Amino acid sequence: MFAPVYLDHNATTPMAAPVLEAMLPFLQGQYGNPSSRHEYGRAARRAVDMARQQVAAAVGCHPTEVIFTSGGSEANNLFLKGAAAGFRHPGVLAVSAIEHPCVRNTARQLERQGWQLLELPVDGNGRLEPAGLVKALSAGARLWSVMLANNETGLIQNVAAMAEQVRAGRGWFHTDAVQALGKMAVDFRLLNQAGVHALTVSAHKIHGPKGAGALILDKRVELTPLIAGGGQERGLRSGTENVAAIVGFGVACELALARLEGLSVRLFALRTRLEAGLQRLGARIFAADGMRLPNTSYFAFADLDGETLVGKLDRAGFAVASGAACSSANPEPSHVLQAMGVPEQLSRGAVRVSLGAETSEENIDQFLGALETTVSSLKNLTALSR
Amino acid sequence: MSYSVKVIDHYENPRNVGGFDKDEEGVGTGMVGAPACGDVMKLQIKVGQDGVIEDAKFKTYGCGSAIASSSLVTEWVKGKTVEQALEIKNTQIAEELALPPVKIHCSILAEDAIKAAVADYKKKHSE
Amino acid sequence: MKLPIYLDYSATTPVDPRVAEKMIPYLTEKFGNPASRSHSFGWEAEAAVEEAREQVAALVNADAKEIVWTSGATESNNLAIKGAANFYGATKGKHLITVKTEHKAVLDTMREMERQGFQVTYLDVQENGLIDLEVFKAALRPDTCLVSVMFVNNEIGVVQPIAEIGEICREKGVLFHVDAAQATGKVAIDLDKLKVDLMSFSAHKTYGPKGIGALYVRRKPRVRLEAQMHGGGHERGFRSGTLATHQIVGMGEAFRIAREEMAEENARIGKLRDRLLKGLSDIDCVYVNGDLEQRVPHNLNISFAYVEGESLLMAIKDLAVSSGSACTSASLEPSYVLRALGRDDELAHSSIRFTIGRFNTEAEIDYAVKLLHQKIGKLREMSPLWEMVQEGIDLSTVQWAAH
Repeated sequence: MFAPVYLDHNATTPMAAPVLEAMLPFLQGQYGNPSSRHEYGRAARRAVDMARQQVAAAVGCHPTEVIFTSGGSEANNLFLKGAAAGFRHPGVLAVSAIEHPCVRNTARQLERQGWQLLELPVDGNGRLEPAGLVKALSAGARLWSVMLANNETGLIQNVAAMAEQVRAGRGWFHTDAVQALGKMAVDFRLLNQAGVHALTVSAHKIHGPKGAGALILDKRVELTPLIAGGGQERGLRSGTENVAAIVGFGVACELALARLEGLSVRLFALRTRLEAGLQRLGARIFAADGMRLPNTSYFAFADLDGETLVGKLDRAGFAVASGAACSSANPEPSHVLQAMGVPEQLSRGAVRVSLGAETSEENIDQFLGALETTVSSLKNLTALSR
Repeated sequence: MSYSVKVIDHYENPRNVGGFDKDEEGVGTGMVGAPACGDVMKLQIKVGQDGVIEDAKFKTYGCGSAIASSSLVTEWVKGKTVEQALEIKNTQIAEELALPPVKIHCSILAEDAIKAAVADYKKKHSE
Repeated sequence: MKLPIYLDYSATTPVDPRVAEKMIPYLTEKFGNPASRSHSFGWEAEAAVEEAREQVAALVNADAKEIVWTSGATESNNLAIKGAANFYGATKGKHLITVKTEHKAVLDTMREMERQGFQVTYLDVQENGLIDLEVFKAALRPDTCLVSVMFVNNEIGVVQPIAEIGEICREKGVLFHVDAAQATGKVAIDLDKLKVDLMSFSAHKTYGPKGIGALYVRRKPRVRLEAQMHGGGHERGFRSGTLATHQIVGMGEAFRIAREEMAEENARIGKLRDRLLKGLSDIDCVYVNGDLEQRVPHNLNISFAYVEGESLLMAIKDLAVSSGSACTSASLEPSYVLRALGRDDELAHSSIRFTIGRFNTEAEIDYAVKLLHQKIGKLREMSPLWEMVQEGIDLSTVQWAAH
């Protein structure tokens, strides 16, 4: 049977072989609870500590700044709600208009609890408008969240420069780096010096397992935990540690760090090849003039519905996305494209191709071939129906 | 909890476990700690005519570090005069056994046990 | 025989090899995100998630639609209590009831609710660890919103009268949450009969993987919750975040095995526990903590008087057991559960929890019995308390020089 080609790495990634290898003992003989004091427990504790160091090395922070969570969504919830609870009175909260739903919807929940929510507008390429930042600053925003790289367009924000500006105010600045990690350099120490206080990462976007993520946290921020209980993770995240997934996360981080340079160059070359083909076919590429992650290409064909296109591509053996994975269920056009001012008609055609470590040049060429066939048959249909 | 090699050695091969008849001439008995706190130490010294501690025995209810601390001090006090025994400080015990911070109270208890045993001995001999 | 012998199945269990085998494809070729709706990788993962949901529901006789995935029982407990209290507090009232012997995940969440303006009653238990139903009834108030009682206690294994409490709660119109992390696969749970509105589950206490749990949320009569984790709207909005397919598949398989094998397994484990108890009963001054009848067969919690718990653990390091619950045993505090039974600190300090499980053998139990005889003897030889008791001194009359 012909195996489908997976081109949806921003949704999730296949696990790297060394990651699985490192995890297996913890799904077999090494099953201790890290809180237990006997040898089984101590072995599990050592494994978690080791992974904490690996994660810290990959994001450039101290191991004690790593708080393991069940994933990126939880880490984002933990920061925003946890830091918000630290203020005596609700204040102004500023998040970009293109955040992942787990930041947007958490921000809306805080809004229901009395916070004033300011959405920071972006330009046509998805870059934050400096004027929006200035406005939020003068409104006295206390909590900020701006993603390092966008999951749909791959656009990279200059988060450090924004944090520098925000530092004048007295707020906490958070960045969601779930999509950035493994595809560009992520250095919490540098970001922290610029004024970023917290950063979110996730394992399953970097060829690690689902079920593990982390919040990297400047200890000056006092967080109220989201999950209370046994006091794990310095009391900031209770619950028995997901040892196997955390171990896998550690190894995935180590791999991501080791191959970042070579991989990003390779992905960029593949994406360039892809986009040359897309342009030949007449696709409009979103955020094309912005600085983007090297693996992401987000595009649309005028008059072609994105859902239909990805359905046909799936049948042709190519797994791509029509929007962010989490919100694919809802038929609303992408809020990211909306924020960028893309007309609704065009944004309904959006298709995201996201490449990964195992993507080959041949895959790109095959994909372009299939896309060409699909697009022309759909265009013929559209033409006929007129 | 990880214990130092010396704690494990004293715990597994405690020196001078046992006791003397507390009414015997020259015997001083010190009992410190409380069951509710998780440690009780009984230290006994047998002092010769010349004021030198000839022998020492202990019994301890407590964690490995408490047992090791008391075992260690029975060795240390032997051959010392009672006055010299009083100079043993908890910091020396903690250092010798490489006790972690959460176990420092065990060494304090052992120092207290020496003081209590000597006080009991002196009390008997002042009468 | 592999040493140390694992007798700490209430802290966590090994993943059953059958479970691990089912998980591995979802860690390799079937890696899709269950939320991806545009390709077969996503559909395949989603189908696996739904099959597991059926398996979890089947163990407790619930509808699959009533199962919400979480990262574990701690999160389930937080979601149930905070979610229900936040949703119903304004209408039903701001009083909550729980029990002093609950897991920290419930107790710490209750403390958080107190900070948010709720009043919480922490019920005492009887000497056998069980709730007195009359005491419970008396604690109910017109403004009681939610009651949270664990099914099986993690330290002493006693089984609370969940059916009776449920009847009382339903009659009074009070929501009832049950932490069943320690109960699945050990006691039969029939949510069609039990008047329980919310129930927390964990995979890693029932031979599944760590990092996955579930919350049962009753549909008839419908129970609503305020979500505690916001995002992509997964789990019908109750709990957002990418679903960890392999873990979910593992929990489903673990619960399937539990349903099919629990009757036979509990009989076998009960025999091992009785063998352990019988083997230890000729040691002087040992006390079983918690009721022996209303108890899961896996658990034996014993105080060995006049021997200190930590030194005992050190002496029996060939046995992987715990003193106090796994989450709190790093501290030197005596177990709050045993204190709630009225055990004095000294006996609480001397307690060991043995929890027996699927992979223990008779030979392992016999080894444990022999080792304990030896080491208890040695430690008592060394214990001044034991010496005083032998001399006929009543320890309660002694003036201790507390430090």
